[in-house]
Amino acid sequence: MAVASFAVNMLMMTFRLAVPISLASIGVSISERSGVINLGIEGIMLLGALGGVVGSHLFGSAWMGILVALIVGAVIGFLYSLCVLKFEANQSVIGIGLNIISSGLTVVIVKFIWKKEGISGIVNQMATYSIPGLRTIPVVGAFFTDQSPFILLTFVIALVCSHILWKTKVGLRLQAIGENPRAAATAGIPVALYRTLAIVAGSCLAALGGAYLSVVHSNLFVNNMVAGRGFIAIAANILGGWNPLGSLLASLLFAFTQALRFQFSAVHVPDQISQMIPYVITLFVLMGVGRKARAPAKLGVLE
Amino acid sequence: MKKNRQNFANLGYSLIAILFSFLLVGIIMLIMGYDPLKAYSSLFEGAFGSSYAISLTLSKSVPLVFVGLAVGFALQGGLFNIGGEGQIYIGGFTAAIAGLSIPGFIPAWVALPLAILSGIAGGFLWGGAIGLIKAKLNINEVIVAIMMNYIAQTMTSFFVNGPFIAARSMTPQTEILPQKLQLPKIIPNTQLTTSLYIAIAMCALYGFVMKRTVFGFEVRAMGNNMHAAETGGVRVTRNTVLIMAFSGGLAAMAGIFEVFGTYGRFIDGFSSGIGFTGIAIAFIGQSTPLGIILASLLFGSLQAGAMQMSMMAGVSANIDKVIQGLVIVFIATPNIIRYMFKKRRQ
Repeated sequence: MAVASFAVNMLMMTFRLAVPISLASIGVSISERSGVINLGIEGIMLLGALGGVVGSHLFGSAWMGILVALIVGAVIGFLYSLCVLKFEANQSVIGIGLNIISSGLTVVIVKFIWKKEGISGIVNQMATYSIPGLRTIPVVGAFFTDQSPFILLTFVIALVCSHILWKTKVGLRLQAIGENPRAAATAGIPVALYRTLAIVAGSCLAALGGAYLSVVHSNLFVNNMVAGRGFIAIAANILGGWNPLGSLLASLLFAFTQALRFQFSAVHVPDQISQMIPYVITLFVLMGVGRKARAPAKLGVLE
Repeated sequence: MKKNRQNFANLGYSLIAILFSFLLVGIIMLIMGYDPLKAYSSLFEGAFGSSYAISLTLSKSVPLVFVGLAVGFALQGGLFNIGGEGQIYIGGFTAAIAGLSIPGFIPAWVALPLAILSGIAGGFLWGGAIGLIKAKLNINEVIVAIMMNYIAQTMTSFFVNGPFIAARSMTPQTEILPQKLQLPKIIPNTQLTTSLYIAIAMCALYGFVMKRTVFGFEVRAMGNNMHAAETGGVRVTRNTVLIMAFSGGLAAMAGIFEVFGTYGRFIDGFSSGIGFTGIAIAFIGQSTPLGIILASLLFGSLQAGAMQMSMMAGVSANIDKVIQGLVIVFIATPNIIRYMFKKRRQ
């Protein structure tokens, strides 16, 4: 029994840790399928995390925080697409600029609202739910006991996005744009519109992942609380083969390595080593797959 | 003549981009109820108002010059070195460990260059690895560099949290370097060390290599058109590795001189984004030595004056990052400015 409950704990912790990385990573997949790289994911997650706390602070509800985060994500995504699509800026540089802006702006806004440097006040956190009938089922019951709806939501989002990308006209067109934008344009697909939508959707998902950290997983904003998860999401997307379900699986793998370190504190794997694992795995997988990596052919090349 | 006009136009765009960023942040401050004029005047005061302020600005600018040169060099060759952050950690750490392990009886004029060269070698290999993976496996260097950054950061963090942590130290850092290995201060009681002279020398060397050597010519040819360069006999594969390696060595110098100058030891996470700022520096400075120096001074002064601005105007000191980030975005998007001026003319 102890072993079973340990396994369930481990599983649930993996899921909880995976939520923000998965959401952002699915967002990265969608955006990159259209051929656009966004290295600003880290910054968008951070702004989403702040949006969540500010929304919850202003309206007294974590759900309003989520809504504010989504709006923030959409606005940033739109501005990003304006810069890289309309004004043809270098995507990587804009992404880095966005990260730097976010790391400063979030702290400035926190100080403006809460008069504190680098940490917000406590806000309303999202309530957990339990489903009475299902919670008694062994193992699976843990899903329905004191959990945030975000674990299930993340799975649903991954499935829906995967379905859209491979089973709908919109998704297949989006992929065509990433593979060969000129041919897509010749075929009459509004390339810029599709790309804008993909960037905005990806940005919203990243902001949602950030808000999960601030108002679902915790109840305040802390300076730099995203702590590299945006870049882990980029890695997960690569490992997952630029594919929402793959991104989810890779995020679960990375989250599992993080969960190990909490659950096996007695064995003492140094924090830094477990933090390093996702990047080492991704690098070696990339090197192993090499030319055969399933990246969109025209990723980062806008024509 | 045409090239001069082009440079002049670029300089104009850069200045407008910088002006816009200050203006936009000024408006943000105004909306939040801070006094932007007071903020900017105290920012200026904190960056240039006294000899201490100026030395602080210079000392903040020095590492930016090295990373700016690193990114600029790669850009000239058509490559993007986003791995500066990792190269800074590897360089700083390797040099610190070398400095600490060289026996005390060896004179400083041997030991210091040896330690610095080991650090540069570390950055050279760390950057060269990115170039090698790019050249041999054709994997986007940006993605590889991101992974390498985090591996470098977590690896050095692991070392200074465990095996190499200073005795009885609560913070993750190495032992302090022997006094004779620490770079002398140009002005006593400031952070400004002789690394300033090395930075200027590297700018001169960079300019010389780019303009006067065959290698520099090849690098620029690759930057202009990779395929044409290859057809013209440039060994693109070899040069890709070399460019990233030299770029890594340059970025490493930023870390090395922070360790041997500013801090006197390797401290976990000391860079906190210098590598990324270097990308902005190279773009603003158009990858030219003079441009990189000017851009570094701009960002150095922002970092130096932020504290004073925060104290006098009440706004968070982190607002300097908003200005820096906006400058990056505007510089990388010259078409915004072109578009606005076109609108006005019509």
